[in-house]
Amino acid sequence: MSSRRIAFRNVRLVDPASGLDVKGGLLVENGRIADIGPRLFNDAEPNDPEVIDARGLVLAPGLIDACVHTGEPGAEHRETLASASHAAAAGGVTTMIVMPATDPVIDEPSLVDFILRRAAATAKVRVLPMAALTRGRAGETMTEIGLLKEAGAVAFTDAGRTVANARVLRRAMAYAATFDALIAAHAEDPELTAGAAATESEFATRLGLPAGPAMAEALIVARDIALVELTGVRYHFAQISTRAALELVVAAKSRGLPITCGVAAHHLTLNELDVGAYYTFRKVSPPLRSEADRAAMAEGVASGAIDLIVSSHEPQGADTKRQPFAAAAAGTVGLETLLPVALTPYHDGRATLATMLATLTSSPAKLLGLPGGTLAKGAPADLVLFDDGEPFVVASEELHSRARNTAFEGRKFQGHARMTFVGGECVFKRS
Amino acid sequence: MTAPFAQPLLKSGHLLGIEGLSPDEVTALLDLADVYVSQNRAADKKTALLRGRTLINLFFEASTRTQSSFELAGKRLGADVMNMAVKTSSVSKGETLIDTATTLNAMRPDILVVRHQDAGAAELLSRKLSCSVINAGDGAHEHPTQALLDALTIRRRLGGFENRIIAICGDILHSRVARSNLRLLAMMGARVRLVAPRTLLPADADRFGVEVMTDMREGLKDADIVMMLRLQLERMGGAFIPSPREYFRFWGLDREKLSWAKPGALVMHPGPMNRGVEIASDIADDVEISLISEQVEMGVAARMAVLDALSRGIA
Repeated sequence: MSSRRIAFRNVRLVDPASGLDVKGGLLVENGRIADIGPRLFNDAEPNDPEVIDARGLVLAPGLIDACVHTGEPGAEHRETLASASHAAAAGGVTTMIVMPATDPVIDEPSLVDFILRRAAATAKVRVLPMAALTRGRAGETMTEIGLLKEAGAVAFTDAGRTVANARVLRRAMAYAATFDALIAAHAEDPELTAGAAATESEFATRLGLPAGPAMAEALIVARDIALVELTGVRYHFAQISTRAALELVVAAKSRGLPITCGVAAHHLTLNELDVGAYYTFRKVSPPLRSEADRAAMAEGVASGAIDLIVSSHEPQGADTKRQPFAAAAAGTVGLETLLPVALTPYHDGRATLATMLATLTSSPAKLLGLPGGTLAKGAPADLVLFDDGEPFVVASEELHSRARNTAFEGRKFQGHARMTFVGGECVFKRS
Repeated sequence: MTAPFAQPLLKSGHLLGIEGLSPDEVTALLDLADVYVSQNRAADKKTALLRGRTLINLFFEASTRTQSSFELAGKRLGADVMNMAVKTSSVSKGETLIDTATTLNAMRPDILVVRHQDAGAAELLSRKLSCSVINAGDGAHEHPTQALLDALTIRRRLGGFENRIIAICGDILHSRVARSNLRLLAMMGARVRLVAPRTLLPADADRFGVEVMTDMREGLKDADIVMMLRLQLERMGGAFIPSPREYFRFWGLDREKLSWAKPGALVMHPGPMNRGVEIASDIADDVEISLISEQVEMGVAARMAVLDALSRGIA
C-alpha cells in the first residue's frame, strides 16, 4: 500500500454507489480515497508531488470481475494468477474473483489459503477466491462451507457445472444459509446439454453441431429458485444468457427472494451467428444464444434487472482451441475487454454510464460484501481512469494475458483503461 | 416400598410419547422416580411390586444402554424380563410387525417395551396388543423415557424447570430424544432452544414453542443446561454436514463454547458419545459439569417409575 498522495483534477467522477457523476477532483492518501468533490483542486493547483490532470477522462472505482478463471493451480501454462492480474490491470479490473475450477479444485480451506498467499506474492490486483460448493465439483457432497468461508472464500460455486441432484443442492443451500454464505450457480441442465457445443437452432442445424435447447437454462433457474424459496440461501446465477431465465429471476426478485444474476460480457454483444465458420474462440459456456436472447441481456443490464457483468475470463491454449468446434474447449479471455464491452449499452444510448459501471463496481461489491467498488471517502483507492469515447480494435497480440483466446478479435469498442490503481498504487498505465 | 395408588397414574395405560402427558402426570412420574433413586442407592434394590408380571423387551434397533436399563428396572421391581433377540427371530425372516405383535400377545405379557426404526411402531403395537406398551424409541418420533430421565436429572440439579434455559444442540432432525425433550421441557415451563445447522433442523421446528438458532454463541447464551445430541456417523460424510472437523469447529461443545453459557452450566448427552465430534472429551469427563453418568443412573429410576405407574392400571 502506497503512502503517496495522488491528486486527480478536472476529471469526470462517476461513482455508481452514490449516484455521483460530476466533474471534480479526488485525493488519494495512504492507499485510500482521502477526499472527493466537484470543487476539489478547482481553484488552486494541489501542492502534491503527483498531480494527474485528467481533463476529458472518467475516474471510476476499479472494476470487480466476479468470474475469472486462471490456470493456477494446475494449468499454469495457460494462465497464472500473476499473468491474469496483468490482463486485469490493463482492463481496469482491480479485483478478480477467481473460480475454483482448477486442478486441484479449490474445495479445502488450505487451498483457499494457497490462492490468497500466491496472489499476495505474485498478483498486481486484488484476488479473492470462490470455493467449490461440492467436493471436487462433483455434485455429490457439500464442501466445508464454514471453514472455507473463514479461510477467505467469498462465495461457493461449482463454476461451470450445475449441481444435478436437487437433494444434494437443497442440503448445500440450507447449510450455506446457516453461514449466510452466497452460492453462485451455473444454470444448465447437464443432461439436456450433454455433449452440446451450441444452442439448438436453425444455425446449429445448418452447421451440424451437437446442440442443447436454450430452455435448459430456464429449467434449472426455475428449480433453483424453488429451492431458494425453501432454504432462504443467498443465491446468484453467475451468468444467465436467455430471456426465459431472466424473466424467472425478475419474478423471483419481485417476490423478495435473495436472488441476483450476472451476465457475461460476450452474451451482451455476440450471438450464435458469430460462431461463423466454426470459430472456436467463440465457443463459450453457456453457448452463444439467439439474437433475441442477446438483446434481452442488453436490455436486462440497462434496466438493472441483471445485477452484474462479468468477463468469465477463461484462458485456453492452442491445444484446447485448435480443434473441431465440438471437441474444442469452451471459454474466452475477457479481463482486458470487460470495460469496453460492458459499456456497449451505454454507447448505444440504452443506459447511463453510471448504470453500466454499477454492474462492474458497486453491485459486485455489495453482493460479495467487499469494501471497494465506490469512490466514497475512506474506501480503498482502487481506481480506473479511462476515456469513455476512445475507439479501439481488439487485437489478440496486444493482450496482456498469457492466453490470447479472445472472442472479440477484430471487434471495435470504445472506452479503454488508461491508468489503473490498486490501493493507491498505479498498476497499469497505457503508453 | 410405595403403596399402590387407587388410580392408574398413566391414564392411557401405555407410554407412547410425551405428547399426551399432562404436566401433573410428568410431575407424578418424577416424584415417583425420586423414590426409586433412593431405593437404587440402598443395598437391597429389589421390591416385589411387579412379582409375577412379564416384561418383554422388543428391540428392533440395537441399544445396550436403553435395553439394559429397562431390564434392570423390571428386575428390580420383581418382574420376569425377557429380551427378544430380533436379529435371530422370525422378524428378520420377513414377518410383519402385526404378526409379531399377535405372536407376542399370545404369550400374555403385561408390559412390552419396544424400540423400532419406524415412527409410529409403538402406537401400532399398542392397538394390537392387550398389554401396556412403552415406547423405547420409534424412528425420529419420540423416546419418552429418555425425556423423563433427563427431566429427572435436571430437576434434581436445578430444583425445577420454570424459566430455566435449556439448549438442545446438534442433530435435531433425526432425533427422537430432542422431540421428546422439547415437548416435556416446554410443557414444564423451561425455555428450550434448538441449536443446529439448518440441514439438521426439522421443518417448522419453531412451531413447538421453542427458539430455533443456528449459532452456538447465540444459542448457548445464559443457558443453564447444554444438552448435546449424538451425530450419527453416516450423517457426517457430506450429506447433512461436510465433515466431522467442521461440525466440531462450529457445533461441537468445547470449553470455549461452554464459556458462552451461564457460569456453572451443566452438560448432558443421551449417549453414546462421539468424542471430538459433538463433544470434547475433557468436558464429557469433567464430573463437575458433565451429568452424563448421572443420566444413566436416573434412567433406571425413571423407568422403574414408569413401570410402577403402568402396573397400577394392569391389576
